[in-house]
Amino acid sequence: MTHIDVRSALQSAETGAYSDLVTRKTGAVVRTVIEHQIAGLADGTVVFLDFSHIGVLDRSCADEFVAKLIMPLTREHPDHDGYVVFHGISDDHLETIEAVLETHGLALVVQFGGETRLVGAVTREERSCWDLVMTHGSVIPETVALHTGVPDEACRALLESLSRRRLLRRDADRFLRLGAALA
Amino acid sequence: MTAVINVPASLDEAGFELVLEQLAPLAPDAKLLVDARHCRFATPAGLTGLLCLAQTRLEKPDFAPPTDETVQSYWARSRFFHYAEELFTMRGPVLKPRTQQDSDTVLEVTPIAKSEDVHAVVERVKDRATHILTTKLHLETRATMGFAMSLSEACQNVVEHAGRGGWVAVQAYNWTKFRVGRWVVVISVTDAGQGFRSSLETSRARVIAGDRWSDGDALEAALTQGHSRHAEPGRGQGLKGIKSYAHRHDGRLSIRSGTARISMVASWDNGVPREENLSPFPGAQLQIIIPEKVAEG
Repeated sequence: MTHIDVRSALQSAETGAYSDLVTRKTGAVVRTVIEHQIAGLADGTVVFLDFSHIGVLDRSCADEFVAKLIMPLTREHPDHDGYVVFHGISDDHLETIEAVLETHGLALVVQFGGETRLVGAVTREERSCWDLVMTHGSVIPETVALHTGVPDEACRALLESLSRRRLLRRDADRFLRLGAALA
Repeated sequence: MTAVINVPASLDEAGFELVLEQLAPLAPDAKLLVDARHCRFATPAGLTGLLCLAQTRLEKPDFAPPTDETVQSYWARSRFFHYAEELFTMRGPVLKPRTQQDSDTVLEVTPIAKSEDVHAVVERVKDRATHILTTKLHLETRATMGFAMSLSEACQNVVEHAGRGGWVAVQAYNWTKFRVGRWVVVISVTDAGQGFRSSLETSRARVIAGDRWSDGDALEAALTQGHSRHAEPGRGQGLKGIKSYAHRHDGRLSIRSGTARISMVASWDNGVPREENLSPFPGAQLQIIIPEKVAEG
């Protein structure tokens, strides 16, 4: 687990001492800084991006930063095996991030208001499955099937999809939660 | 021969249309005198519009400032003259701005040309916006973030699409004597750039429109359908965010470009969603009006 302060990344990238994530240009620059930091981490590392010291986050910046940071990680064969959890976000950050994720069909694990949540474009089945993993800490497909009545293979497909989307971690046949359990 | 452009007593959105109507028949190189001597009231849209007007002229226009000292004092505090003195030849003395800021000014007239300007604007407005939005408009403190976000997105439109720098100003007014009957905060972002129609010339919206492609179509494609001149997914988010914020607070969002204006009309507003065949306005003017929150029922 690694903690990255987004404001520090912003200030290392910008000439001014700003605390706002606004403009596409800023989003692209901050993303590049954080991508470099993530690339230097061991495979499988969960990165907590801390937004506690960020003021305004606008949609253009979020599109350039959040969406384009997540997209490469969720490819079929990503260059880097990394996970990202957003931490310290406000109501306004959450609203902006959700709008951008929905636009791109992406989803993300966030820590918000003391709890870990799944936000963005997810189906009801994916959310139920993810909730079960959060409750149990780690599961095998059969566990999900037992609780939901959904066939084993369908549960496996759901878990694999969530894993590929970097919303769960996979360890052999088991699927593990990100976030609170690892903190 | 110098053509005289009479600035009306009320230089708001409608008043600026009267300025554009006078400008329409004149050649771009015609010598102008913009006569604001009898102007009594100006909104951010009017002040930023006048600066853009000057930017579009091939010959530096003359400018006769308001004669009323109170009006001139406000224009000075809003920093209009600071920039107007570069763009116009002043015909008459103007007051220098006092150090004290106008209490209802959220942001004085400010140039926007690059990404860093947007950061500076957002940084500058946060505290003043919080004060005015909570005390005058009775909105929650949280509304400040959405306000700053909307301002940021509006300014970014200039940086990303106009191809030329623009101007932003934000002011609070008590509109008791006008239609709204309550306090409002007005954001106006104006540029003399290429305008929405030209900006979207290579967009998918333009292809779909075929031969029927007007300024109104371009504005509708951008505001209603979320089209951008950039084809990549995720573009067009900025205006969506502004729309969402304005809608939440029963605000009015309008964009004027070329010969058209498109508006997201609020419940208190008797404006029309789409106006066409207006006098030409080079570039674009985006205006957001957020009204005071009133108790329901």
